Amino acid sequence: MVEMVTRPYAGAFETYAVAHPEVLCLSADLTSSCEIDAFRDRHPEQFVSLGMAEQNMMSFAGGLGLAGFRPFLHTFGVFLYRLPYDQLIASVAYPRRKVRLMGFLPGVTTPGGMTHQAIEDISVMRSIPNMTILETGDASEVESICEAADSIDGPVYCRVLRGSVPRLFDTPIKVGEMRELGAGSDVLVITAGVTTEEALRARGALEAAGVSIRHLHINTIKPFNDEALLDHIASVKHGVITLENHVTEGGIGSLVAEIMADNGVGKKLIRLGLKDTYAHGGSRPYLMRYYGLDASALVAGVERLLGREFGIAEADLDAVRVDAVHSAAKAEAL
Amino acid sequence: MGNAKPTEDVALGIRRRVFEHSIRNNGGYMSQACSSAEQLAWLYNEELRFGEPTLPVIPKPFGGVPSAGNAGYHTGAGYNGPSEPQYDRLFIAPAHYALVAYATLIEVGRMAPEGLEMFNKDGSSVEMIGAEHSPGMEMHNGTLGIGLSTGAGLAWGRRRKGETGRVWVFMSDGEVQEGQVWEAVQAAAHHRIDNLYAIMDVNAQQCDGAMSTVMGVGDIRARFEVFGARCVEIDGHDIAAMRQAVKEPHPGKPLIILAHTVPYHGMSFLKRRFPRLHYVRFRSEEERAQMNRAIAEELGIAPIDYAH
Repeated sequence: MVEMVTRPYAGAFETYAVAHPEVLCLSADLTSSCEIDAFRDRHPEQFVSLGMAEQNMMSFAGGLGLAGFRPFLHTFGVFLYRLPYDQLIASVAYPRRKVRLMGFLPGVTTPGGMTHQAIEDISVMRSIPNMTILETGDASEVESICEAADSIDGPVYCRVLRGSVPRLFDTPIKVGEMRELGAGSDVLVITAGVTTEEALRARGALEAAGVSIRHLHINTIKPFNDEALLDHIASVKHGVITLENHVTEGGIGSLVAEIMADNGVGKKLIRLGLKDTYAHGGSRPYLMRYYGLDASALVAGVERLLGREFGIAEADLDAVRVDAVHSAAKAEAL
Repeated sequence: MGNAKPTEDVALGIRRRVFEHSIRNNGGYMSQACSSAEQLAWLYNEELRFGEPTLPVIPKPFGGVPSAGNAGYHTGAGYNGPSEPQYDRLFIAPAHYALVAYATLIEVGRMAPEGLEMFNKDGSSVEMIGAEHSPGMEMHNGTLGIGLSTGAGLAWGRRRKGETGRVWVFMSDGEVQEGQVWEAVQAAAHHRIDNLYAIMDVNAQQCDGAMSTVMGVGDIRARFEVFGARCVEIDGHDIAAMRQAVKEPHPGKPLIILAHTVPYHGMSFLKRRFPRLHYVRFRSEEERAQMNRAIAEELGIAPIDYAH
């Protein structure tokens, strides 16, 4: 049974920020939802409340960066790029301010529906010059995201998991290093964030069906280590499958497709994720199932890639982890 | 630096340079010089505490945008002196006032007149819409609305670090149509950021014409006060009024000076174009010649000898 860690960001941010006084904690009225409420209460001098005004928060953070501070912005991911996009470019990305954008509720990890689900954030951020993108996939990565983000000489956008988060890895994020979770030779599976756990659920059943899976977990989306990826692609016979908590346009699937095309790699690629659609409100397991982002979708993708059917049933996959809708780990049901 | 000549003379010099440049280049941001010359002259010649320039009087060519690989990159803020704790900082929020700002730098001896010859030329850092690498600029402010927020953040940071220098933002009234301006004022008031100052060129016109016809903004002073700023209204061509306005106590609040101006002040010929003055182009060579004679006379100079 996988270990579950409650509110890993809360403690990790506090530890990091206290040790680095030039780090400031900015919030836009989602303080408890972003697990920084205790930090606000214990370190008010390092906490800057900016209210529901993300455009100002973004430019204000640019000004703080100019003054030599390293502000960490906390809100839901959508509110870091949809509403304040021009400010993100002009005040943060263009001048390469050391602003750390901590985007909570990535993809369909919230029942908040379209307005709360950051489903195209990676696509947007990838196209912004000077931007770095990190994504957390487990508690260890959430615990190390502050240090990883703050090591970047410029702006960085992070997809951060919150609440009750599984511990899948026992080492921190190393910026620029992908994790090799399986060294098989048939199919290369590439995941990030919450889809890594889904791929792990499917691995036993796929191996039982005789498919040798090479599995990469990505936590540094930009900049990306093309050479390492090409080596892994060269190590599998049949092709590549990406599974992402994001639209398939502009995200990890596109990233892999670009690298394959740029390098003339003639292998099949199947990109799984949200297929040119918005999602609606619902639980994470329901949404991942409904939109084809889960372990079953990955099995179907492997079948399609190999042109075979394995007859793997839902019961053959490792159990789905169901979070309580209301729990002490979350400030609200969002 | 500064005070080598009276501020009134600096303002006249700004109008002359912008006029000459516009006549030679078949148009330009002339009305912005008419309305804001006294404000920028006062800021640079009297009010701002700036050190000696750290960049050459003849601007270097465009040196690339900020990027990890651009090691020699710097902003144009060095024309305002070093970024030391005791010195003020200035953002030109409406970056299309760049021509006026460059003329000001020349008038106060921070840039050579040759700098203006590079205006809007390919490969030059003296860009038409002031970029952060353009002379006197520290921020890329072409997006209206971001200037005051950035100034508020910088001012908060400088106060936290115990720096005595102030943060000044030159603004224009059309900008208040952007919601971000109001977010900035409420944040500055909430955090009691009183080392933040703005002077706003209230010329009642914008790109499409008179603000009252494009998007009326009502009583700007009352709005700023309600949002938590201290706000003073003056005649924007009255330098003595500026000297007085900045003395206004504003504990715990940013101070915003509304400088009401006439967008054809000093170039009366432009009145016939009012309120479409955002960018003045000549309708014909005949009008260009007529404007050249009339405005040169009003500015007390000989008509500009331009290439036909």
